[in-house]
Amino acid sequence: MIITDTWKWLTDGSNWSGPDGIGHRIVEHVWYSGLVLLIALIIAIPLGSWIAHTGRAKWLVSIANSLRAVPSLGLLFAASMWLTPKFKGDGDAGFLVPAIAVLVILAIPPLLAGAYSGVSETDPAARDAAKGMGMSGMQVFGKVELPCALPLMFSGLRSATLQVIATATIAAFVGLDALGAFLRDGLASSIYPEMIGGSVLVAALALLADLLLALIQRTVVSPGLTGRTPRRRRGGADEATRLSAAGAHATGSSS
Amino acid sequence: MDWSYIGDNWSDILDRAWQHTQLAGIPLIIGLLIALPLGWLGQRVRWLKPVLLSGSGLLYTIPSLVLFVVMPIFLGTKILDPVNVIAAMTLYTLALLVRTVTDGLEAVPESTRQAATAIGYPPLKRFLGVELPLAVPVIASGLRVAAVSNVSIVSVAALLGIPQLGYYLTDGYKREYWTEIWVGIGACVILALLFDLVIQLIARALTPWLRARTA
Repeated sequence: MIITDTWKWLTDGSNWSGPDGIGHRIVEHVWYSGLVLLIALIIAIPLGSWIAHTGRAKWLVSIANSLRAVPSLGLLFAASMWLTPKFKGDGDAGFLVPAIAVLVILAIPPLLAGAYSGVSETDPAARDAAKGMGMSGMQVFGKVELPCALPLMFSGLRSATLQVIATATIAAFVGLDALGAFLRDGLASSIYPEMIGGSVLVAALALLADLLLALIQRTVVSPGLTGRTPRRRRGGADEATRLSAAGAHATGSSS
Repeated sequence: MDWSYIGDNWSDILDRAWQHTQLAGIPLIIGLLIALPLGWLGQRVRWLKPVLLSGSGLLYTIPSLVLFVVMPIFLGTKILDPVNVIAAMTLYTLALLVRTVTDGLEAVPESTRQAATAIGYPPLKRFLGVELPLAVPVIASGLRVAAVSNVSIVSVAALLGIPQLGYYLTDGYKREYWTEIWVGIGACVILALLFDLVIQLIARALTPWLRARTA
Protein backbone atom coordinates (compact mmCIF):
# COMPACT_ATOMS: atom_id res chain seq x y z
CA MET A 1 0.00 0.00 0.00
CA ILE A 2 1.63 3.22 -1.20
CA ILE A 3 0.23 5.47 1.54
CA THR A 4 1.54 3.28 4.37
CA ASP A 5 4.88 2.90 2.59
CA THR A 6 5.13 6.67 2.30
CA TRP A 7 4.28 7.03 5.97
CA LYS A 8 6.96 4.48 6.80
CA TRP A 9 9.50 6.44 4.74
CA LEU A 10 8.54 9.71 6.41
CA THR A 11 8.70 8.34 9.94
CA ASP A 12 11.87 6.26 9.54
CA GLY A 13 14.42 7.97 11.77
CA SER A 14 17.35 6.97 9.58
CA ASN A 15 15.85 8.97 6.69
CA TRP A 16 16.00 12.12 8.78
CA SER A 17 19.67 12.27 9.71
CA GLY A 18 22.83 13.10 7.80
CA PRO A 19 23.54 15.51 4.93
CA ASP A 20 21.14 13.57 2.65
CA GLY A 21 18.51 13.33 5.36
CA ILE A 22 15.08 14.94 5.45
CA GLY A 23 16.08 17.39 8.20
CA HIS A 24 19.01 18.79 6.23
CA ARG A 25 16.98 18.93 3.02
CA ILE A 26 14.24 20.95 4.73
CA VAL A 27 16.84 23.43 6.02
CA GLU A 28 18.30 23.72 2.50
CA HIS A 29 14.87 24.26 0.96
CA VAL A 30 13.97 26.99 3.45
CA TRP A 31 17.37 28.64 3.09
CA TYR A 32 17.37 28.73 -0.74
CA SER A 33 13.75 29.89 -0.93
CA GLY A 34 14.38 32.61 1.66
CA LEU A 35 17.49 33.83 -0.14
CA VAL A 36 15.69 33.94 -3.49
CA LEU A 37 12.73 35.83 -2.05
CA LEU A 38 15.00 38.32 -0.31
CA ILE A 39 16.91 39.11 -3.51
CA ALA A 40 13.67 39.34 -5.52
CA LEU A 41 12.06 41.60 -2.91
CA ILE A 42 15.04 43.95 -2.91
CA ILE A 43 14.74 44.28 -6.70
CA ALA A 44 10.98 44.21 -7.24
CA ILE A 45 9.43 46.26 -4.44
CA PRO A 46 11.42 49.50 -5.01
CA LEU A 47 11.19 49.05 -8.78
CA GLY A 48 7.44 48.38 -8.83
CA SER A 49 6.73 51.25 -6.43
CA TRP A 50 8.93 53.62 -8.44
CA ILE A 51 7.18 52.70 -11.71
CA ALA A 52 3.77 53.25 -10.15
CA HIS A 53 4.79 56.40 -8.29
CA THR A 54 6.36 58.13 -11.30
CA GLY A 55 4.34 56.47 -14.05
CA ARG A 56 7.58 55.86 -15.92
CA ALA A 57 8.87 52.66 -17.55
CA LYS A 58 5.52 50.84 -17.40
CA TRP A 59 6.78 48.53 -20.13
CA LEU A 60 8.89 46.81 -17.46
CA VAL A 61 5.71 45.53 -15.81
CA SER A 62 4.40 44.20 -19.13
CA ILE A 63 7.72 42.51 -19.85
CA ALA A 64 7.76 40.92 -16.39
CA ASN A 65 4.21 39.70 -16.95
CA SER A 66 5.00 38.23 -20.34
CA LEU A 67 7.82 36.27 -18.69
CA ARG A 68 5.10 34.04 -17.27
CA ALA A 69 4.66 32.47 -20.69
CA VAL A 70 8.24 31.13 -20.64
CA PRO A 71 8.24 27.62 -19.14
CA SER A 72 10.24 27.64 -15.89
CA LEU A 73 11.68 24.22 -16.66
CA GLY A 74 13.11 25.64 -19.90
CA LEU A 75 14.59 28.65 -18.10
CA LEU A 76 16.23 26.35 -15.55
CA PHE A 77 17.75 24.07 -18.14
CA ALA A 78 18.93 26.96 -20.33
CA ALA A 79 20.46 28.84 -17.40
CA SER A 80 22.32 25.84 -16.05
CA MET A 81 23.59 24.79 -19.49
CA TRP A 82 24.89 28.31 -19.99
CA LEU A 83 26.24 29.08 -16.50
CA THR A 84 27.34 25.78 -15.00
CA PRO A 85 30.48 25.46 -17.20
CA LYS A 86 31.50 29.01 -16.18
CA PHE A 87 31.81 27.97 -12.53
CA LYS A 88 33.89 24.85 -13.02
CA GLY A 89 35.96 24.10 -9.93
CA ASP A 90 34.06 26.50 -7.66
CA GLY A 91 32.47 23.75 -5.59
CA ASP A 92 28.66 23.86 -5.77
CA ALA A 93 28.49 27.33 -7.36
CA GLY A 94 27.94 25.81 -10.80
CA PHE A 95 24.66 24.28 -9.60
CA LEU A 96 23.61 26.99 -7.19
CA VAL A 97 24.11 30.18 -9.24
CA PRO A 98 21.93 29.29 -12.25
CA ALA A 99 19.18 27.77 -10.11
CA ILE A 100 19.06 30.72 -7.71
CA ALA A 101 19.17 33.20 -10.61
CA VAL A 102 16.24 31.53 -12.39
CA LEU A 103 14.22 31.33 -9.19
CA VAL A 104 14.79 35.07 -8.63
CA ILE A 105 13.65 35.79 -12.20
CA LEU A 106 10.49 33.75 -11.58
CA ALA A 107 9.76 35.46 -8.26
CA ILE A 108 10.03 39.00 -9.64
CA PRO A 109 6.85 39.22 -11.83
CA PRO A 110 4.30 38.59 -9.05
CA LEU A 111 6.19 40.86 -6.63
CA LEU A 112 6.57 43.61 -9.22
CA ALA A 113 2.92 43.39 -10.27
CA GLY A 114 1.81 43.47 -6.64
CA ALA A 115 3.92 46.52 -5.80
CA TYR A 116 2.94 48.25 -9.03
CA SER A 117 -0.82 47.74 -8.81
CA GLY A 118 -0.80 48.33 -5.05
CA VAL A 119 0.85 51.72 -5.31
CA SER A 120 -0.87 52.84 -8.52
CA GLU A 121 -4.32 51.95 -7.19
CA THR A 122 -3.99 53.94 -4.02
CA ASP A 123 -7.17 56.00 -3.66
CA PRO A 124 -6.32 59.34 -5.37
CA ALA A 125 -8.34 61.14 -2.71
CA ALA A 126 -6.02 59.81 0.02
CA ARG A 127 -3.00 60.86 -2.01
CA ASP A 128 -4.42 64.34 -2.60
CA ALA A 129 -5.27 64.72 1.07
CA ALA A 130 -1.71 63.81 2.01
CA LYS A 131 -0.32 66.33 -0.46
CA GLY A 132 -2.78 68.92 0.82
CA MET A 133 -1.46 68.42 4.32
CA GLY A 134 1.95 69.37 3.00
CA MET A 135 3.65 65.97 2.76
CA SER A 136 6.59 65.70 0.39
CA GLY A 137 6.69 63.14 -2.41
CA MET A 138 8.67 60.72 -0.24
CA GLN A 139 6.34 61.20 2.70
CA VAL A 140 3.26 60.57 0.56
CA PHE A 141 4.90 57.40 -0.63
CA GLY A 142 6.03 56.18 2.79
CA LYS A 143 3.01 57.16 4.85
CA VAL A 144 0.14 56.74 2.39
CA GLU A 145 0.93 54.81 -0.76
CA LEU A 146 3.04 52.10 0.83
CA PRO A 147 0.58 51.21 3.63
CA CYS A 148 -2.29 51.26 1.13
CA ALA A 149 -0.32 49.04 -1.25
CA LEU A 150 0.55 46.45 1.40
CA PRO A 151 -2.41 44.09 0.79
CA LEU A 152 -1.57 43.72 -2.91
CA MET A 153 2.16 43.55 -2.15
CA PHE A 154 1.45 40.72 0.25
CA SER A 155 -0.66 38.88 -2.28
CA GLY A 156 2.29 39.20 -4.67
CA LEU A 157 4.70 37.99 -2.00
CA ARG A 158 2.49 35.02 -1.14
CA SER A 159 2.21 33.85 -4.72
CA ALA A 160 5.93 34.43 -5.27
CA THR A 161 6.71 32.37 -2.16
CA LEU A 162 4.53 29.48 -3.30
CA GLN A 163 6.07 29.62 -6.72
CA VAL A 164 9.64 29.64 -5.43
CA ILE A 165 9.06 26.77 -2.99
CA ALA A 166 7.39 24.78 -5.76
CA THR A 167 9.95 25.54 -8.45
CA ALA A 168 12.89 24.85 -6.15
CA THR A 169 11.61 21.27 -6.35
CA ILE A 170 12.17 21.19 -10.10
CA ALA A 171 15.56 22.87 -9.66
CA ALA A 172 16.74 19.58 -8.14
CA PHE A 173 16.89 18.32 -11.71
CA VAL A 174 19.68 20.81 -12.44
CA GLY A 175 21.50 19.96 -9.24
CA LEU A 176 20.01 22.21 -6.54
CA ASP A 177 19.89 19.77 -3.65
CA ALA A 178 16.88 20.51 -1.47
CA LEU A 179 13.59 18.67 -0.94
CA GLY A 180 13.39 18.16 -4.69
CA ALA A 181 16.30 15.72 -4.39
CA PHE A 182 13.86 13.13 -3.01
CA LEU A 183 11.65 13.52 -6.06
CA ARG A 184 14.62 13.35 -8.42
CA ASP A 185 16.28 10.35 -6.75
CA GLY A 186 12.98 8.61 -6.13
CA LEU A 187 12.06 9.02 -9.78
CA ALA A 188 15.47 7.82 -10.98
CA SER A 189 15.30 4.64 -8.91
CA SER A 190 11.49 4.21 -9.08
CA ILE A 191 11.14 4.41 -5.29
CA TYR A 192 7.69 5.95 -5.15
CA PRO A 193 7.36 6.25 -1.34
CA GLU A 194 10.46 8.48 -1.39
CA MET A 195 9.04 10.61 -4.21
CA ILE A 196 5.64 10.97 -2.60
CA GLY A 197 7.16 11.55 0.83
CA GLY A 198 9.30 14.35 -0.62
CA SER A 199 6.18 15.74 -2.33
CA VAL A 200 4.25 15.78 0.92
CA LEU A 201 7.10 17.65 2.62
CA VAL A 202 7.23 20.31 -0.11
CA ALA A 203 3.45 20.84 0.00
CA ALA A 204 3.55 21.03 3.80
CA LEU A 205 6.36 23.56 3.66
CA ALA A 206 4.45 25.65 1.11
CA LEU A 207 1.32 25.61 3.26
CA LEU A 208 3.27 26.53 6.36
CA ALA A 209 5.00 29.43 4.60
CA ASP A 210 1.67 30.71 3.27
CA LEU A 211 0.11 30.48 6.73
CA LEU A 212 3.02 32.35 8.25
CA LEU A 213 2.78 35.12 5.65
CA ALA A 214 -0.99 35.35 6.18
CA LEU A 215 -0.37 35.87 9.90
CA ILE A 216 2.28 38.52 9.25
CA GLN A 217 -0.05 40.21 6.77
CA ARG A 218 -2.78 40.32 9.41
CA THR A 219 -0.55 42.12 11.87
CA VAL A 220 1.20 44.43 9.40
CA VAL A 221 -1.66 45.62 7.18
CA SER A 222 -3.76 48.44 8.57
CA PRO A 223 -7.17 47.10 9.71
CA GLY A 224 -8.81 49.94 7.79
CA LEU A 225 -7.76 48.28 4.52
CA THR A 226 -8.73 44.70 5.23
CA GLY A 227 -12.46 45.13 5.75
CA ARG A 228 -12.12 44.06 9.38
CA THR A 229 -13.42 47.48 10.32
CA PRO A 230 -16.54 48.74 8.55
CA ARG A 231 -16.01 51.34 5.89
CA ARG A 232 -17.86 53.09 3.14
CA ARG A 233 -18.54 50.82 0.20
CA ARG A 234 -17.28 52.11 -3.08
CA GLY A 235 -19.03 51.57 -6.41
CA GLY A 236 -19.49 47.80 -6.42
CA ALA A 237 -18.79 47.14 -10.08
CA ASP A 238 -15.57 49.15 -10.26
CA GLU A 239 -14.30 47.68 -7.02
CA ALA A 240 -14.80 44.07 -8.07
CA THR A 241 -13.25 44.55 -11.50
CA ARG A 242 -10.27 46.27 -9.93
CA LEU A 243 -9.83 43.54 -7.33
CA SER A 244 -10.00 40.73 -9.79
CA ALA A 245 -7.68 42.47 -12.22
CA ALA A 246 -5.22 42.93 -9.39
CA GLY A 247 -5.68 39.31 -8.36
CA ALA A 248 -4.95 38.22 -11.89
CA HIS A 249 -1.78 40.29 -11.86
CA ALA A 250 -0.60 39.10 -8.52
CA THR A 251 -1.33 35.43 -8.94
CA GLY A 252 1.84 33.77 -10.11
CA SER A 253 1.90 30.55 -12.00
CA SER A 254 2.82 27.71 -9.76
CA SER A 255 5.35 25.38 -11.25
CA MET B 1 20.88 27.30 -33.23
CA ASP B 2 20.47 24.61 -35.84
CA TRP B 3 17.47 25.66 -37.94
CA SER B 4 17.43 22.47 -40.00
CA TYR B 5 16.43 20.60 -36.79
CA ILE B 6 13.04 22.32 -36.92
CA GLY B 7 12.50 21.37 -40.54
CA ASP B 8 13.62 17.78 -39.99
CA ASN B 9 11.43 17.29 -36.93
CA TRP B 10 8.45 19.35 -38.00
CA SER B 11 5.83 16.61 -37.70
CA ASP B 12 7.20 15.49 -34.32
CA ILE B 13 7.04 19.07 -33.04
CA LEU B 14 3.44 19.42 -34.21
CA ASP B 15 2.51 16.08 -32.56
CA ARG B 16 3.95 17.22 -29.25
CA ALA B 17 2.39 20.66 -29.58
CA TRP B 18 -1.01 19.00 -30.07
CA GLN B 19 -0.45 16.78 -26.99
CA HIS B 20 0.58 19.88 -25.06
CA THR B 21 -2.54 21.73 -26.26
CA GLN B 22 -4.76 18.94 -24.98
CA LEU B 23 -2.99 18.64 -21.61
CA ALA B 24 -3.25 22.40 -21.04
CA GLY B 25 -6.57 23.09 -22.80
CA ILE B 26 -8.92 20.31 -21.64
CA PRO B 27 -8.33 21.24 -17.95
CA LEU B 28 -9.12 24.86 -18.85
CA ILE B 29 -12.56 23.86 -20.13
CA ILE B 30 -13.34 21.40 -17.33
CA GLY B 31 -12.04 23.86 -14.74
CA LEU B 32 -14.26 26.63 -16.09
CA LEU B 33 -17.31 24.36 -16.15
CA ILE B 34 -16.76 23.47 -12.47
CA ALA B 35 -15.82 27.01 -11.45
CA LEU B 36 -19.02 28.54 -12.87
CA PRO B 37 -21.47 26.84 -10.47
CA LEU B 38 -18.99 27.15 -7.57
CA GLY B 39 -18.51 30.87 -8.24
CA TRP B 40 -22.28 31.28 -8.51
CA LEU B 41 -22.71 29.56 -5.14
CA GLY B 42 -19.90 31.62 -3.61
CA GLN B 43 -21.54 34.81 -4.77
CA ARG B 44 -25.05 33.86 -3.54
CA VAL B 45 -24.28 32.10 -0.25
CA ARG B 46 -22.35 34.58 1.88
CA TRP B 47 -20.63 32.17 4.29
CA LEU B 48 -19.58 29.87 1.46
CA LYS B 49 -17.50 32.51 -0.29
CA PRO B 50 -14.46 32.58 2.04
CA VAL B 51 -14.57 28.78 2.34
CA LEU B 52 -14.55 28.34 -1.44
CA LEU B 53 -11.93 31.01 -2.10
CA SER B 54 -9.39 29.89 0.50
CA GLY B 55 -10.13 26.22 -0.22
CA SER B 56 -9.43 26.63 -3.91
CA GLY B 57 -6.43 28.87 -3.17
CA LEU B 58 -5.01 26.08 -1.03
CA LEU B 59 -4.89 23.80 -4.08
CA TYR B 60 -2.40 26.19 -5.63
CA THR B 61 0.10 25.63 -2.81
CA ILE B 62 0.81 22.10 -4.04
CA PRO B 63 3.78 22.05 -6.45
CA SER B 64 2.87 20.66 -9.86
CA LEU B 65 5.47 17.90 -9.87
CA VAL B 66 4.04 16.80 -6.51
CA LEU B 67 0.52 16.76 -7.89
CA PHE B 68 1.57 14.76 -10.97
CA VAL B 69 3.19 12.18 -8.70
CA VAL B 70 0.40 11.98 -6.11
CA MET B 71 -2.52 11.92 -8.60
CA PRO B 72 -2.17 8.21 -9.44
CA ILE B 73 -2.85 7.35 -5.78
CA PHE B 74 -6.20 9.11 -5.85
CA LEU B 75 -7.18 8.13 -9.37
CA GLY B 76 -5.78 4.61 -9.35
CA THR B 77 -3.99 5.36 -12.63
CA LYS B 78 -0.42 4.56 -13.70
CA ILE B 79 2.21 7.19 -13.00
CA LEU B 80 2.75 7.84 -16.74
CA ASP B 81 -0.94 8.19 -17.57
CA PRO B 82 -1.68 11.61 -19.18
CA VAL B 83 -4.96 11.62 -17.22
CA ASN B 84 -2.89 12.48 -14.12
CA VAL B 85 -1.71 15.66 -15.79
CA ILE B 86 -5.22 16.58 -16.93
CA ALA B 87 -6.62 16.04 -13.43
CA ALA B 88 -3.79 17.98 -11.78
CA MET B 89 -4.10 20.87 -14.23
CA THR B 90 -7.87 20.94 -13.71
CA LEU B 91 -7.28 21.49 -9.99
CA TYR B 92 -4.89 24.37 -10.73
CA THR B 93 -7.31 25.93 -13.19
CA LEU B 94 -10.07 25.62 -10.62
CA ALA B 95 -7.86 27.26 -8.00
CA LEU B 96 -7.55 30.35 -10.20
CA LEU B 97 -11.04 30.46 -11.68
CA VAL B 98 -13.29 30.12 -8.64
CA ARG B 99 -12.07 33.49 -7.44
CA THR B 100 -12.33 35.02 -10.91
CA VAL B 101 -15.91 33.82 -11.46
CA THR B 102 -16.99 35.09 -8.03
CA ASP B 103 -15.38 38.47 -8.66
CA GLY B 104 -16.87 38.66 -12.14
CA LEU B 105 -20.39 37.94 -10.92
CA GLU B 106 -20.01 40.44 -8.11
CA ALA B 107 -19.03 43.06 -10.66
CA VAL B 108 -22.57 42.90 -12.12
CA PRO B 109 -24.33 46.05 -10.88
CA GLU B 110 -27.11 45.40 -8.40
CA SER B 111 -29.43 47.67 -10.42
CA THR B 112 -29.00 45.45 -13.48
CA ARG B 113 -29.84 42.39 -11.40
CA GLN B 114 -32.95 44.05 -10.02
CA ALA B 115 -34.03 45.26 -13.45
CA ALA B 116 -33.74 41.72 -14.83
CA THR B 117 -35.78 40.36 -11.91
CA ALA B 118 -38.37 43.08 -12.41
CA ILE B 119 -38.96 42.22 -16.06
CA GLY B 120 -39.58 38.64 -15.02
CA TYR B 121 -36.29 36.72 -15.27
CA PRO B 122 -36.34 33.63 -13.01
CA PRO B 123 -33.01 33.07 -11.14
CA LEU B 124 -31.44 30.52 -13.49
CA LYS B 125 -32.42 32.38 -16.65
CA ARG B 126 -31.19 35.62 -15.10
CA PHE B 127 -27.85 33.98 -14.28
CA LEU B 128 -27.35 32.57 -17.78
CA GLY B 129 -28.88 35.45 -19.72
CA VAL B 130 -27.77 38.51 -17.77
CA GLU B 131 -25.18 37.99 -15.04
CA LEU B 132 -22.90 35.52 -16.82
CA PRO B 133 -22.60 37.53 -20.06
CA LEU B 134 -21.82 40.69 -18.08
CA ALA B 135 -19.12 38.81 -16.13
CA VAL B 136 -17.39 37.64 -19.32
CA PRO B 137 -14.60 40.31 -19.34
CA VAL B 138 -13.49 39.50 -15.78
CA ILE B 139 -13.78 35.73 -16.28
CA ALA B 140 -11.82 36.00 -19.54
CA SER B 141 -8.98 37.87 -17.82
CA GLY B 142 -8.70 35.10 -15.22
CA LEU B 143 -8.91 32.47 -17.93
CA ARG B 144 -5.99 34.10 -19.76
CA VAL B 145 -3.79 33.87 -16.67
CA ALA B 146 -4.81 30.25 -16.14
CA ALA B 147 -4.15 29.36 -19.78
CA VAL B 148 -0.65 30.83 -19.86
CA SER B 149 0.37 29.21 -16.58
CA ASN B 150 -1.14 25.86 -17.65
CA VAL B 151 1.01 25.80 -20.78
CA SER B 152 4.11 26.49 -18.67
CA ILE B 153 3.28 23.96 -15.94
CA VAL B 154 2.42 21.13 -18.33
CA SER B 155 6.02 21.11 -19.56
CA VAL B 156 7.12 20.00 -16.06
CA ALA B 157 5.38 16.68 -16.72
CA ALA B 158 8.25 15.92 -19.10
CA LEU B 159 10.37 15.12 -16.03
CA LEU B 160 8.11 12.11 -15.53
CA GLY B 161 8.25 11.24 -19.23
CA ILE B 162 4.72 12.25 -20.25
CA PRO B 163 4.93 13.25 -23.92
CA GLN B 164 4.42 16.94 -24.80
CA LEU B 165 6.62 19.94 -25.70
CA GLY B 166 8.57 19.71 -22.42
CA TYR B 167 10.34 16.70 -23.92
CA TYR B 168 12.54 19.08 -25.94
CA LEU B 169 13.63 20.74 -22.70
CA THR B 170 14.60 17.55 -20.87
CA ASP B 171 16.13 15.91 -23.92
CA GLY B 172 18.00 19.07 -24.96
CA TYR B 173 19.42 19.38 -21.45
CA LYS B 174 20.45 15.76 -21.34
CA ARG B 175 22.25 16.02 -24.70
CA GLU B 176 23.46 19.60 -24.10
CA TYR B 177 21.86 20.52 -27.41
CA TRP B 178 20.82 24.19 -27.43
CA THR B 179 18.58 23.93 -30.47
CA GLU B 180 16.23 21.54 -28.71
CA ILE B 181 16.04 23.80 -25.64
CA TRP B 182 15.12 26.79 -27.85
CA VAL B 183 12.56 24.71 -29.74
CA GLY B 184 10.96 23.71 -26.42
CA ILE B 185 10.91 27.22 -24.97
CA GLY B 186 9.84 28.86 -28.24
CA ALA B 187 7.04 26.36 -28.90
CA CYS B 188 5.71 26.76 -25.32
CA VAL B 189 5.70 30.56 -25.61
CA ILE B 190 3.95 30.47 -29.00
CA LEU B 191 1.36 28.03 -27.67
CA ALA B 192 0.74 30.24 -24.62
CA LEU B 193 0.27 33.28 -26.87
CA LEU B 194 -2.14 31.33 -29.08
CA PHE B 195 -4.24 30.31 -26.07
CA ASP B 196 -4.24 33.94 -24.94
CA LEU B 197 -5.32 35.15 -28.38
CA VAL B 198 -8.13 32.61 -28.72
CA ILE B 199 -9.56 33.51 -25.30
CA GLN B 200 -9.45 37.21 -26.17
CA LEU B 201 -11.22 36.59 -29.48
CA ILE B 202 -13.94 34.48 -27.82
CA ALA B 203 -14.43 37.10 -25.11
CA ARG B 204 -14.70 39.77 -27.80
CA ALA B 205 -17.29 37.78 -29.69
CA LEU B 206 -19.31 37.24 -26.50
CA THR B 207 -19.41 40.91 -25.54
CA PRO B 208 -20.66 42.84 -28.61
CA TRP B 209 -22.05 45.64 -26.38
CA LEU B 210 -18.54 46.63 -25.30
CA ARG B 211 -17.61 47.41 -28.90
CA ALA B 212 -20.91 49.20 -29.55
CA ARG B 213 -20.17 51.49 -26.62
CA THR B 214 -16.77 52.61 -27.89
CA ALA B 215 -17.80 52.83 -31.56
